[in-house]
Amino acid sequence: MKRDSHRWKWILVSPALLVLILAASGPLLIVAVYSFLSPGNMGGVAWDFSTDAWFRVFFKRDIFEPENVTLNADHLAVFQRTIWLSLQTTVICAALGFPTAWFIATRPANRRMIWLFLITVPFWTNLLIRTFAIQEMIRNTGTLNTALLWLGVIGEPIEMMYTDFAVLLGMSYVFLPLMVLPLYAAMDKLDFRLVEAGYDLYASRFQVLRHVILPLVKPGFIAGSILVFIPSIGAYVTPRVLGGGRSMMMGNLIGLQFGQGRNWPLGSALAMVLLVIVVVALVFYLRITTRETGGRDGQS
Amino acid sequence: MASREFNVRALPGFGAVAIFTLVMLYLPIIILVIFSFNESQSQSAWGGFSLKWYVAAFNNSQVIDVSVRSLWLALVAAGIATVLATLAALATTRVGRFPGQTMIYALINQPLMVPEIVTGIALLIFVAFLKVQTGYAGMGYMVAAHTAFCIPFAYLPIRARLETMDLTLERAAADLYATPVQAFTYVTLPLLVPGIVAGFMLGFVVSLDTVVITEFVKSAGQDTLPTYMLGQLRRSVTPEMNAIATLFLALSLVVVSLFFLITRKRG
Repeated sequence: MKRDSHRWKWILVSPALLVLILAASGPLLIVAVYSFLSPGNMGGVAWDFSTDAWFRVFFKRDIFEPENVTLNADHLAVFQRTIWLSLQTTVICAALGFPTAWFIATRPANRRMIWLFLITVPFWTNLLIRTFAIQEMIRNTGTLNTALLWLGVIGEPIEMMYTDFAVLLGMSYVFLPLMVLPLYAAMDKLDFRLVEAGYDLYASRFQVLRHVILPLVKPGFIAGSILVFIPSIGAYVTPRVLGGGRSMMMGNLIGLQFGQGRNWPLGSALAMVLLVIVVVALVFYLRITTRETGGRDGQS
Repeated sequence: MASREFNVRALPGFGAVAIFTLVMLYLPIIILVIFSFNESQSQSAWGGFSLKWYVAAFNNSQVIDVSVRSLWLALVAAGIATVLATLAALATTRVGRFPGQTMIYALINQPLMVPEIVTGIALLIFVAFLKVQTGYAGMGYMVAAHTAFCIPFAYLPIRARLETMDLTLERAAADLYATPVQAFTYVTLPLLVPGIVAGFMLGFVVSLDTVVITEFVKSAGQDTLPTYMLGQLRRSVTPEMNAIATLFLALSLVVVSLFFLITRKRG
């Protein structure tokens, strides 16, 4: 009987798993294999084992003096920019998302739904279109520059496209709802009597925020941060449209190896590096959350 | 009662930041929509109201072509994903822990964790290999890729619905001598419909939005609306793009609003 019901489960779940293994998880293993092969002539790979792709991820050989090995400054600059911009995006989203989520959570119940809906709609509308909307704002002949010129604040348009600033603005814009929603979920469950107790005990607003509210909504903060950080690290569309070739992120560097660059093993190795960063971030997140709940269990 | 009302829920400046955030979220989109109705070519100077960019978009056979492809791909992929996700949700909820459960969850949620660019190039490699081996270069690859990507999104609301469902109803059906199949068809399935519809809609929206995976999986002549737009953005942008984006936004808005209504009306 027991075994019979298990078999049932596997029969029901297997079509979904088959599709996922064929069209999502399985191909990742091929990427891992490809990163240890040699590049083919016209894209693709040659089936010779090689660690050259992994070597090239971090190092560069001089063309004329192959024994002269230096760090690959171009790649390292892209890694650094990717991590730095993703961290900045997370901080900006948290700084804007926390007050926003708090504001929504403290509205009367009927209006809360409308606010939540207004935050959710941009989240489900096309990321490319939202990036395009930002492009229209910050182009040299875009809305922002035209408005500033008309007001006489600036004499000539500020160059904003294809800079780190443009990418940062775009990513903060597109990923912001991912921070607000988990923060709101945490605040929705907040027991406001604790906040009241803080004030009754003569805590200032800042002290209440620091010692009562923040510790209670910390899980929402952590979840929101990971939800913003992971898509930022793997961003492709936003840096491609707003950053162009000048402000490239890891996703674009990977994409290039399968387009004009045509070095599939290098692209595969870079993709594995990106995957490792994501996994490290996820493990970090899981360790924080299990430590949090583990600590609480220990106390009780 | 204190003479001066003290609101424990208020924090100074938070309201202002919230309003600022909301305005910032919508301002670029609203400007994009406004300039889709602009008579002049400019994206910054208003030249009077006109629908000419919409007319231009509808007369652009390429735009129609990629839009139709996007829509049927989203319908097919979300449809298949919803069926598969429903079966998977039935197998994995309300059953307690069982061996292999963690692996199943990991596989289902994998498309949510792995960056799209990594999945995209992985599929590019795999599809390139299959094309050489089989000679087939049709839309099947795109359907499979989109379906896999939609499964976790379709799975979430269906599973949520199953978990909050009243189990006594099924037990009552069994008490009244319904066979398991009858209990499922007449009790569980009708109760599950809102979850299934919500799952389908999420899958539909996600498939419609997917750019990166499509960009790397598509063969020549298999552009969808997002990849077409991505290609156009590199060239000079005309308000025709705004018109297309506005129509696209309107479609997303309708689906998301319906989704919101369905999931809120928990009875």
